[in-house]
Amino acid sequence: MTQANRLSGGLIDRSATLNFSFDGKNYQGHAGDTLASALLANGVRLMGRSFKYHRPRGVLTAGSEEPNALVELRSGGRQEPNTRATVAEIYDGFVANSQNRWPSLERDFMAINDRFSNFLSAGFYYKTFMWPRAFWEKLYEPIIRKAAGLGSLTGEGDPDAYDKGFLHCDLLVIGAGPAGLAAALTAGRVGAQVILADEDFRLGGRLLADTGSLSDQSGAEWVEQAQAELASLPNVRVMPRTTVFGAYDHGVYGAVERNADHLIAPESDKPRQTLWRIYSKRALVATGAIERPIGFENNDRPGVMLAGATRAYANRFAATPAQSVVVFANNDDAHKTARDLIAKGVEVPAVVDIRPDAPAIDGTEVLAGAQIVDTKGRLGLTSVTVRLANGQTRVIPCGALAMSGGWNPNLGLTCHQRGRPVWNEDIHAFVPGQGLPSGQSVAGAAMGEMSTHAALTGGAAKAVEALSDLGIEAKVGDLPNAEDAPVSLTPFWHVAGAKRAWLDFQNDVTVKDVKLAHQENFTSVEHLKRYTTLGMATDQGKTSNVGALAVMAELTGKSIPDTGTTIFRPPYTPVSMGALAGRAVGKEFHPTRLTPSHTWAEEQGAVFVEVGNWLRAQWFPKAGETHWRQSVDREVLATRNSVGICDVTTLGKIDVQGADAAEFLNKIYANGFAKLPVGKVRYGLMLREDGVAYDDGTAARLAEDHFVVTTTTANAVVVYRNMEFARQCLWPDLDVQLISTTEAWAQYAVAGPNARKLLRKIVDPEFDITNEAFPFMACGEITVCGGCRARLFRISFSGELAYEIAVPTRYGDALMREMMAAGAEFDVTPYGTEALGVMRIEKGHAAGNELNGTTTALNLGLGRMVSTKKECIGNVLSRRDGMNAEGALNLVGLRPVDASKSVPAGGHLMATTGPVNAAHDQGYVTSAAYSPILESSIGLGFVKSGFERMGEQLRLVNPLEDKEILVEIVSPHFVDPEGEKLRA
Amino acid sequence: MHKLKPITPLGADTARVDQIGTLTITEVVDQALASVSAREGQLDAVQKALPLALPGIGKTATQGDFTAFWTGPDQWMFSADHNQHELLAAELKQMLGDTASVVEQTDGWCRFDVSGTALCDQFERLSNVPVRTMSSGDVIRGTVEHLGAFLWRLGDDRMAVVGPRSSAASLHHALVAAARSVA
Repeated sequence: MTQANRLSGGLIDRSATLNFSFDGKNYQGHAGDTLASALLANGVRLMGRSFKYHRPRGVLTAGSEEPNALVELRSGGRQEPNTRATVAEIYDGFVANSQNRWPSLERDFMAINDRFSNFLSAGFYYKTFMWPRAFWEKLYEPIIRKAAGLGSLTGEGDPDAYDKGFLHCDLLVIGAGPAGLAAALTAGRVGAQVILADEDFRLGGRLLADTGSLSDQSGAEWVEQAQAELASLPNVRVMPRTTVFGAYDHGVYGAVERNADHLIAPESDKPRQTLWRIYSKRALVATGAIERPIGFENNDRPGVMLAGATRAYANRFAATPAQSVVVFANNDDAHKTARDLIAKGVEVPAVVDIRPDAPAIDGTEVLAGAQIVDTKGRLGLTSVTVRLANGQTRVIPCGALAMSGGWNPNLGLTCHQRGRPVWNEDIHAFVPGQGLPSGQSVAGAAMGEMSTHAALTGGAAKAVEALSDLGIEAKVGDLPNAEDAPVSLTPFWHVAGAKRAWLDFQNDVTVKDVKLAHQENFTSVEHLKRYTTLGMATDQGKTSNVGALAVMAELTGKSIPDTGTTIFRPPYTPVSMGALAGRAVGKEFHPTRLTPSHTWAEEQGAVFVEVGNWLRAQWFPKAGETHWRQSVDREVLATRNSVGICDVTTLGKIDVQGADAAEFLNKIYANGFAKLPVGKVRYGLMLREDGVAYDDGTAARLAEDHFVVTTTTANAVVVYRNMEFARQCLWPDLDVQLISTTEAWAQYAVAGPNARKLLRKIVDPEFDITNEAFPFMACGEITVCGGCRARLFRISFSGELAYEIAVPTRYGDALMREMMAAGAEFDVTPYGTEALGVMRIEKGHAAGNELNGTTTALNLGLGRMVSTKKECIGNVLSRRDGMNAEGALNLVGLRPVDASKSVPAGGHLMATTGPVNAAHDQGYVTSAAYSPILESSIGLGFVKSGFERMGEQLRLVNPLEDKEILVEIVSPHFVDPEGEKLRA
Repeated sequence: MHKLKPITPLGADTARVDQIGTLTITEVVDQALASVSAREGQLDAVQKALPLALPGIGKTATQGDFTAFWTGPDQWMFSADHNQHELLAAELKQMLGDTASVVEQTDGWCRFDVSGTALCDQFERLSNVPVRTMSSGDVIRGTVEHLGAFLWRLGDDRMAVVGPRSSAASLHHALVAAARSVA
């Protein structure tokens, strides 16, 4: 296919011919082309179908504001829907397809919607699909979603990597048009750290699209020179293909750099896109302006484009949508389009200017005071109908129409923190007002400085001002001479009487829809948006918002500023989910913590479970075991009958030192610690300020001024943080120092009647660990395996004779192997978290299920631990009446009357007869397990006045699964209630 | 000598070295660490007892076998060669007595030293710490891939990352992935 609409000149590289396909047809373009420019050059105007009515659509703009030409790029896992053809750079082998049509773009079955447009007006869904209610989810919504939609996903995984990162700068310049380039040069020359980001792949902004000169250079030449200078400055980072999409607190901006979207595939290990968080001291928004369309009948046909975009295609991309282009405008700027097209040899049959005093243009007829009232052409524009100043109509054959209703400053980023724009009567547009994000300023067309001269000087001046705030002296240097024409525009939004005159091309919102919204009293801007869907979806109303406001203003008789503006929110343009995820995908979604015995456990074939970020061995299956229960039962029995080992490194360990360490712990724990002797461990309970229990553990006193506190795995960080808060803020006068040592020590529980015998073979002989010398709750610093420093604690979670032994983490793997070898004669068995859980339930020890954020010491049966003789966190509020009322929940054991039944965790307890409902709730089950020792399912739970109801039977119900069993309330200490084993 | 054989934070017998483009990532296992916190009102005594001038906020100091970096108000992390000073905490406690709380931290952390000209390109993909403006000897505590870590600028082209030992594999993966991204 030839590039019939390729013009001369432009900034494309004609030496690089690129093959690409659109909807299965092959075309050629050049390096520097976007998909839109290359298709236009190839004579393709039809690029998509509209969202609702499936109207044929072509490209409207030449930038990221494009509402119409949305396509699916690439295929397979790399397929990306809803990509704007105007910003997609082509490369050799580029593949794109149109979307939201069936069976083809030319013949779209759903175009029937357009015939029924009278029935599909704004609010149609809300009024029509109200009943029957059940139909919405199953019938209406699926049909509507299929009929009205955008692109599709393949469902395949994205094979590419995405990255994220952090940048810091003195001045972030957003937009590399004349204002942005002048600002970056000004700041860069004085050594400030500058980041210049532009969403385009080529710097220059409108300087690339217009033919005006800068002193004796073309715009593109000056841009090239500026870019070379910026590249020579090591303090300036130029980031093309980078969209700054959001302005956040404290000068932080979000940006996406498209590293490889312009390549057929990213290089190996290289990211497709990078999400940057930019920490700026100052930021300058130089994002230019966006042209606005004019509403007139059938103004959405392929070939109807914005005038500035038509000019950009001609001058930058050497492409024209057609060989005959009419211009329709209310301002002088659009006349440049006519002149530039004529200069490129494109026929311009007429310039239709609504202004009676519109200036003349050589080479074409200016129809002053005229308006376009309709267009023709099913799949592409064939003619426009003009109502002349004298009232007569004239049909002008043409292939394209370049329209311009003026320009709106592109001020989205100025509103991200609820800044409200203000109306500027000089340019008839909103400009940034008060409430800019902290540290942000605006220059160039984004500020309403519409001439090139004003943009250059504005950009440089704002850079000087921003740097001055930072104590960096800069001055506005020599700037080139450039056009400085004032804005000459007569406000004009839509042709009177037009109905199907599109305002929002992407959402198919017409002048008629806005009128309907007004008629139904949705006159507030926010209501208008939601009722009509104006300004939604991928373009966020960049080309439509102000036009719709103007129509609403006319209808309500208010001014445009009194009608209001919608709020812009991040992201400025769509951000891919991949970029947001970065590298945090798959098993790298979060960091993983490995225990010191992890490698050894892997060798044993352990099944692991995630506990926070930790991976803990859940059980260790042996050959022949086909069900996890077999492994867990075996581990429990082996431990209770001989000896088992469990890696408990994950429990938090906080080193507490200082002259006031004991007093500090006395305040942190509900029970007393001041008198704990050196060489002893004590169980401790921590309360929240409101008196609810939140963590338990032990504190071992290694010296008068030295304790090691252990916490639950889940609360290791929380407890440490709370203790730091208490140390720094509550009792800063206490001499206490804290540091976490959770990771520093590998710690193993060695439990079971043969635990001491095993450890005797590990602990160096000079340390006496007999029951007399090292009784229950003893602790001490020892050496093992011939001199390795270690800590030994005689504590028991399982209820067995048990120890916890700790060595520096690097020796943890070796210690586990040594203990397994030493324990072979006792058939030592490693056990995982499941067996650990079973044994603690058998022993009646509370864990996270019981410390669930609602339970008190009293509920847990630990009420007497809460000291009334000292000041400690939570003890005062734990004495509130409500927390000590009659009938409080008590922690009890539960055993099924029929041992063959299992106790479901989460089930609720009811009287043996009577209704099953919340009003008759007696309590609930928190933990349940099968006890291989008792050969029965058992549970722990909270029952009202449970301590006084031992032996009573209750119904344990699970209404969700329609299950019900009879249970007996028993002591929670199923195993060794007297504690003889652990003291043996 | 006891018979327990140490393993590295990455779970191997020897320290791992990765060469990715111009970047070299080396697992460092030969450094002992100990935290020193001055006790109430004892800052001068602590300074007097130690062989080096305690560094200020975000800085390091080195004297003889010992290096210290600041970790918080009146708190420092000391490091020294592990072979020579495995009992670094005990050594420091001997010097400091009751003027400071000293805690062994050697195996609480893993350390990777990264060197190469693309150092800053790599680290700006890993951490919000402003690596480009860090001078040699600066230490900043920040996050690397959700992990709390110290970034310690050892030289123009060298950075040490001191992170939680249990997450050494995740930290290493992050360093390698970022290195490949910029290599």
